[in-house]
Amino acid sequence: MRHTLSVLVENTPGALSRITGLFSGRGFNIESLCVAATLDPTLSTLTLVTYGDDFIIEQIIKQLNRLVDVYKVIDVTEGEFVEREMALIKVKAEAETRAEVLRMCDIFRCKVVDVSSKTYTVEVTGPKSKLKAVIELLTPIGIKEITRTGTIAMIREKKTV
Amino acid sequence: MAKMTGKDMVVEALKREGVEVIFGFPGGAIIDINDALEKDGTIKFVLVRHEQGATHAADGYARASGKVGVCLVTSGPGATNTVTGIATAYMDSIPMVVMTGQVPTALIGNDAFQEVDIVGITRPCTKHNFLVKDVKDLPMILKEAFYIARSGRPGPVLIDLPKDVQNGKAEFNYPDEIHLRSYNPVFEPHIKQVRRAYRLIKKARKPVIYAGGGVIIAGAHNELRALAESTQTPVTMTLMGLGAFPGTHRLSLNMLGMHGSYCANMAMANSDLIIAVGARFDDRVTGKIEAFATKAKIVHMDIDPTSIQKNVKVDVPIVGDCRIALEKLVEAVREDSVTAEEWSERHRGWLEQLDAWNKRHPLHYKQESGVIKPQYVIEKLYEMTKGKAIITTEVGQNQMWAAQFYKFDEPRTLLSSGGLGTMGYGFPAAIGAQMAFPDKLVVDIAGDGSIQMNIQEMATAMEQRLPIKIIILNNQFLGMVRQWQELFYDRRYAATKFEMTPDFVKIAEAYGATGFRATKPEEVDDVLAKGLETDGPVVMEFAIAREEGVFPMVPAGKATTEMLLV
Repeated sequence: MRHTLSVLVENTPGALSRITGLFSGRGFNIESLCVAATLDPTLSTLTLVTYGDDFIIEQIIKQLNRLVDVYKVIDVTEGEFVEREMALIKVKAEAETRAEVLRMCDIFRCKVVDVSSKTYTVEVTGPKSKLKAVIELLTPIGIKEITRTGTIAMIREKKTV
Repeated sequence: MAKMTGKDMVVEALKREGVEVIFGFPGGAIIDINDALEKDGTIKFVLVRHEQGATHAADGYARASGKVGVCLVTSGPGATNTVTGIATAYMDSIPMVVMTGQVPTALIGNDAFQEVDIVGITRPCTKHNFLVKDVKDLPMILKEAFYIARSGRPGPVLIDLPKDVQNGKAEFNYPDEIHLRSYNPVFEPHIKQVRRAYRLIKKARKPVIYAGGGVIIAGAHNELRALAESTQTPVTMTLMGLGAFPGTHRLSLNMLGMHGSYCANMAMANSDLIIAVGARFDDRVTGKIEAFATKAKIVHMDIDPTSIQKNVKVDVPIVGDCRIALEKLVEAVREDSVTAEEWSERHRGWLEQLDAWNKRHPLHYKQESGVIKPQYVIEKLYEMTKGKAIITTEVGQNQMWAAQFYKFDEPRTLLSSGGLGTMGYGFPAAIGAQMAFPDKLVVDIAGDGSIQMNIQEMATAMEQRLPIKIIILNNQFLGMVRQWQELFYDRRYAATKFEMTPDFVKIAEAYGATGFRATKPEEVDDVLAKGLETDGPVVMEFAIAREEGVFPMVPAGKATTEMLLV
């Protein structure tokens, strides 16, 4: 099963390498990885998407916790959460397709962030499924290049009724 | 506060951590610290002949004494030579601090002379490591290094010290205690889990305690014995656990696993409750995992949560210090109303069954006339030393025969590379152990293959006047691999036969030590007696039966009940 882990680590040189080294050394999978500072500049958040059965996920969480630099590991997927990813897609946009690309952007609430005579660069944000849909629909038109940020996630705040 | 140089900080920190001896080898990038140590004059520096020897010596020192072993080496090749020793200590959870010199910070990354990214190289085989970039951080890093090395599940920590940091100046604030927000090993076990474990113990009719190196590290041998005796539960030990429970005790089943006793493996396979203490269900212990202890519930105590539920499913995990966990478990036994007679009565049938298995296939070997049996050498050594020696081993057949035929009654008396299986470990480890206990008898049990991997340390032993006794079981083979070839590769002895072995007696003599050799069975007792009596380092070489095997044996990947017997 796919799990999204939110890992708080000490913002020290080598911390990221310890974590990626742990995954490669122990044969765990990483689907995506995203790192940035938190409000506290001495800590970074690392959002990591991985997959495996319960046994493996338990080991991954324990092994991460064992690293001296790791402050906290949260399996975001355990409860309610929001998950987002962003992609920049450079798509062919010539005479006959220019309007269609814009229409598609409109439907998916994407933004055009760069324009040339032959391409549009489209910014799309959303859960993985939305990115997948946009990419599938733009593929026949002709995607020239694509970069993605990897997933970031956050636990939903408990709502009182 | 007056400012201090980095090199003086190192010396001062080592003194405050109670370090008495350092093993190492100098070089351009560490010369300043060697100089500072020499000027200070409090800490003994043992100059080895190869940096790998330094790490194993520090490791042996740590295993024998329970203190942190310390190494000091230079950058580049000095640092890379420590890697095997660091990995050895890491696999067996040995507290060690390794300090490496490094090129000046301005040159790092420039492929400078003797530069290597040792922090990158050792990241997966240290508990933690540091590159010190600013001398201001040095006191805190030194403190953290020792704290991390010895606390929780111990392990090696490496500190990389650039030359300009060693000579830079800053204030020296060295705290007595520290707290790290991201590193909080759990010591106190959950009492509810202990109670759940006790309920299983009470229900069990065929329980067995499976003790590992964690018992020795935690100093939990007395508590372990109390649990075994009060509940009349038999104890089997891993290689790392030997000595955690007296090998001569009525309830001891000796070692389990690939070369464990028939009785121990049968006990695990048939038990209804396994109480694992500071052990990690390694593949050499479980054999084929699907067939392992299928009838047993499992209680697993370990300070490292990653060890639990890694290889087998556990019914009652207890995370915490083994000594405290066992103490609480013993309390639970005492608070209950079950009397000693009742415990005996409950486990009588089981203990009788174990005894029957032990009688059917005890650890044994066939004596043959005209050839020296290695097992006999070890048995004799045990007899002559009255089981009181500190034994180090190399890796391979010598290690397994030592584990099977020397009975270890005390913790920290068998020093052996278990997890990594490092040939060449035993002799330098003996140097470390002898440094820790100058008055104890320290014996390295070696093979003719392993001893050659760090034989250069003979010079260190001589220089330090360490009266280590080395037993070389010489079969002119890399015996353990040869045994596998005999059993599973149609006796094709690929790359295991030594066409040339040196004259070990002459080697001893060349270093100024004493050498004895036995080639016939009737010479064994005499060589051992003379060797043990002689002052200074002694090599005792025994020309053993060339194709003697280690048995019982569970072939790799088979169930532990599928043992090959003699």
